[in-house]
Amino acid sequence: MKPHLLSTGDLTRDDALLILDTAEELARVSQRSIKKLPTLRGRTVVNLFFEDSTRTRISFEAAAKRLSADVINFSAKGSSVSKGESLKDTALTLEAMGADAVVIRHSASGAPHRLANWVRGSVVNAGDGTHEHPTQALLDAFSIRRRLGRLDGLKISIVGDVLHSRVARSNVLLLHTLGADVTLVAPPTLLPVAVESWPCQVSYDLDAVLPKSDVVMMLRVQLERMNAAYFPSAREYSRRYGLDRDRFARLHDDAIVMHPGPMNRGMEISAEVADSPRSTIVEQVGNGVTVRMAVLYLLLGGSEPAIGGAE
Amino acid sequence: MNAHDLHEGAVTTILIRGARILGGAPRDILLRDGVVAEIGDLAGAEAGQTIDAAGLVALPGLVDLHTHLREPGREDAETVETGTQAAARGGYTAVHAMANTSPVADTAGVVEQVWRLGQESGHCDVQPVGAVTSGLEGRQLAELGAMADSAARVRVFSDDGKCVSDAVLMRRALEYVKAFDGVVAQHAQEPRLTEGAQLNEGEVSARLGLTGWPAVAEEAIIARDCLLAAHVGSRLHVCHVSTAGSVEIIRWAKSKGWDVTAEVTPHHLLLTDSCAETSPLGPYNPIYKVNPPLRTAEDVRALREALADGTIDCVATDHAPHPVEDKETEWAAAAMGMIGLETALPVVQEAMVETGLLDWAGVADRMSARPARIGRLSGHGRPIEPGAPANVTLYDPSVRRPVDPTAMASKSRNTPYEGMTLPGRVVATFLRGRPTVLEGKLV
Amino acid sequence: MSDVQNQARAVLEGPDIHRALTRIAHEILERTRGAESVVLLGIPTRGATLAQRIAGRIAQFEGIKVPVGAIDITMYRDDLRLRPARPLGRTELPPDGVDGRTVVLVDDVLFSGRTVRAALDALNDVGRPRAVQLATLVDRGHRELPIRADYVGKNLPTSKSEKVKVFLEETDGRDAVVLIKGDDR
Repeated sequence: MKPHLLSTGDLTRDDALLILDTAEELARVSQRSIKKLPTLRGRTVVNLFFEDSTRTRISFEAAAKRLSADVINFSAKGSSVSKGESLKDTALTLEAMGADAVVIRHSASGAPHRLANWVRGSVVNAGDGTHEHPTQALLDAFSIRRRLGRLDGLKISIVGDVLHSRVARSNVLLLHTLGADVTLVAPPTLLPVAVESWPCQVSYDLDAVLPKSDVVMMLRVQLERMNAAYFPSAREYSRRYGLDRDRFARLHDDAIVMHPGPMNRGMEISAEVADSPRSTIVEQVGNGVTVRMAVLYLLLGGSEPAIGGAE
Repeated sequence: MNAHDLHEGAVTTILIRGARILGGAPRDILLRDGVVAEIGDLAGAEAGQTIDAAGLVALPGLVDLHTHLREPGREDAETVETGTQAAARGGYTAVHAMANTSPVADTAGVVEQVWRLGQESGHCDVQPVGAVTSGLEGRQLAELGAMADSAARVRVFSDDGKCVSDAVLMRRALEYVKAFDGVVAQHAQEPRLTEGAQLNEGEVSARLGLTGWPAVAEEAIIARDCLLAAHVGSRLHVCHVSTAGSVEIIRWAKSKGWDVTAEVTPHHLLLTDSCAETSPLGPYNPIYKVNPPLRTAEDVRALREALADGTIDCVATDHAPHPVEDKETEWAAAAMGMIGLETALPVVQEAMVETGLLDWAGVADRMSARPARIGRLSGHGRPIEPGAPANVTLYDPSVRRPVDPTAMASKSRNTPYEGMTLPGRVVATFLRGRPTVLEGKLV
Repeated sequence: MSDVQNQARAVLEGPDIHRALTRIAHEILERTRGAESVVLLGIPTRGATLAQRIAGRIAQFEGIKVPVGAIDITMYRDDLRLRPARPLGRTELPPDGVDGRTVVLVDDVLFSGRTVRAALDALNDVGRPRAVQLATLVDRGHRELPIRADYVGKNLPTSKSEKVKVFLEETDGRDAVVLIKGDDR
């Protein structure tokens, strides 16, 4: 068994559904007054964050604590840790501390894969460079299923900076595995070369895609991309690819709007769309804890992991 | 007695029995006083040493146009001593030492130091390459003439590792080296198109989320440089060609009669960018991180064909040693490059000979004769015939064995072939009649 | 499967199970003074089915609707690390919860007592019952903890190497309790 969650591409349909179903049961626990479960008592989960991400770290921390695991937060940013060898050295340190799982966020794509070579415990990818962010995709799928009751056959549009988005990569792979019909929408500069080899459709025209979408997932667009000539100006980006009130009105009545956060209100999404009842943005945060509990339980809760498939 | 005690001119006579010169019928070869003395049936010949070469292919000593010996500056990765040992074990009798050392080989003083270290090592000839620009900074020409006139007699100039991207500077360099029959060896990499680049831009880089390294970044520079070389009537050599598009441009330039030559590395003849994703060594293993990056299977096919038809003149290793800590990292933080001297001939056998694209005469041409001619090394790359310098490599193409990094002479272990099984083994290497390798071991 | 059938012996058939559950329902009514403030909580999956059946009988005999639910104990097991992580069962509490109630836990087979221990822990995290009782269709002995059942469908002497398997119409298409011979060492 592969004891890690590195990419949603490693998950079979059964694995993914097991995670979502487990999260569904755990969501009930989150509603009661005693939210803690004794399941991972005596297990140690290390949050190894080489990049600032308070939201993701807190979410993993809450998930681990609700399962009674011991949590060690290791913020490697700004410390003497620079690059290169230090990842391996850090890994050996964690090994010595007896980490049963390492949740890693790193600016380099593939850092979790490298880490997995050097530690015995499970590695959970909490976002690596411009590669993947598997638990974000799982919580997105979970949020969609809770709202719309299913994933199979849904038309899901992912809009924005796909090129640099780990959320987009993980979602394309996972949602495809779960039977959804994914369309990426972005200016051509923000789509990877060879994106046509991905299991999804591609469009440059948001207005053409919106009326057919059951779910619209907006990606964060970083303003510094403008300086690298990915698009001419914030205003032009917003006009062509932003989800504003007029575009929102063209969605069909049951369609929902998502955003992994943090949002640039007024850039890729307008405030009134973000705050509308058809936006899942707030519940995505709560679902994040639940889904991460499910992942930690399925990786650490038994003698061997229940997800990840055969090596 | 060790290699250092064997001085040139010492009387040594070696009889090689039954070697297949360029894969032909078995012949005896007598090496005497640093030259090939006789070839034929020499059963009764007098010799200090007789070597049974039954079944072995005899090739002229290999010549590498592109080696990083790392000395001075990075002796933790390689030294002239260990690098030339690796070269000898790979069947090489001459290597061109690239200029990106620390300090950079951009003055007569540094190139003479490297040249002298090579002389002292005695494992193979070391021909220093001079930097094109001072400090490889791409701003001002290094003292090319002084390096050419030095004891090292530099003829190949390169900023390898960096591209001479300024068109005016490149034009001037091409013009200037005409005065001493030099050649500019360009590392073709448009810098703006490759900022932060990690892996060939394509399906694999898109999936792995690694910043793409587009083929056009190489091809655009090659096209420009071919036009510049034609315009000023100078010689251009293109380092480590890696894409099918580059091959097309070089083929076109050659068809015009322009004086353009090109090299390809062994790894670009065998490996593809998919190694970064699906290698048994695990995904994102920086052992496969190299500049230029590994490309697609289609590029590999085009490079093999181009080497076979002569569009690409030669194989050059781009032997690039790095210590373990520079490779045991996340991909983006890792150093670029792989060692290659000790596996070059096996890889060429695998990619070119086993596939029927080259015979052994072709291998000798691409790995010895042509690189020697490009580098203007008169004492190397000559056919094995009476009177020629006795630079000979004996190679056993019949074995297959797993690549063992720990058994290599190089100080570094960053071979991408770890775990692979490759054909062939260098049994002996002779430098001007003196064995540097016997029975596969350093003398 | 045929191997298992060769070594398997049905110790309770449909009518036996029917009678046993009827008796348990009567006993609960007697011992709780008409099932006053009783909540039936089954341990998934078959305990939950049995709780439903018992509730059905109580409604039939006395016309009382006893609140019924399920409590999953997976996350509270003490043997989690002995097996791969397993899927969770459903916890479904009645709307009024369990505080101040008499909770009757319902399971299919009582063996080591560890499942019941886990259920008590799980129950502790969802509320504070006035009292907790235990009903089981089969008590096969070999307790490893100081736990006993208040209502037993059938006491079934077994050897430790044997396995007891309960089949129920709702989940398995038939009603039976089967004793499967283990390897006698």
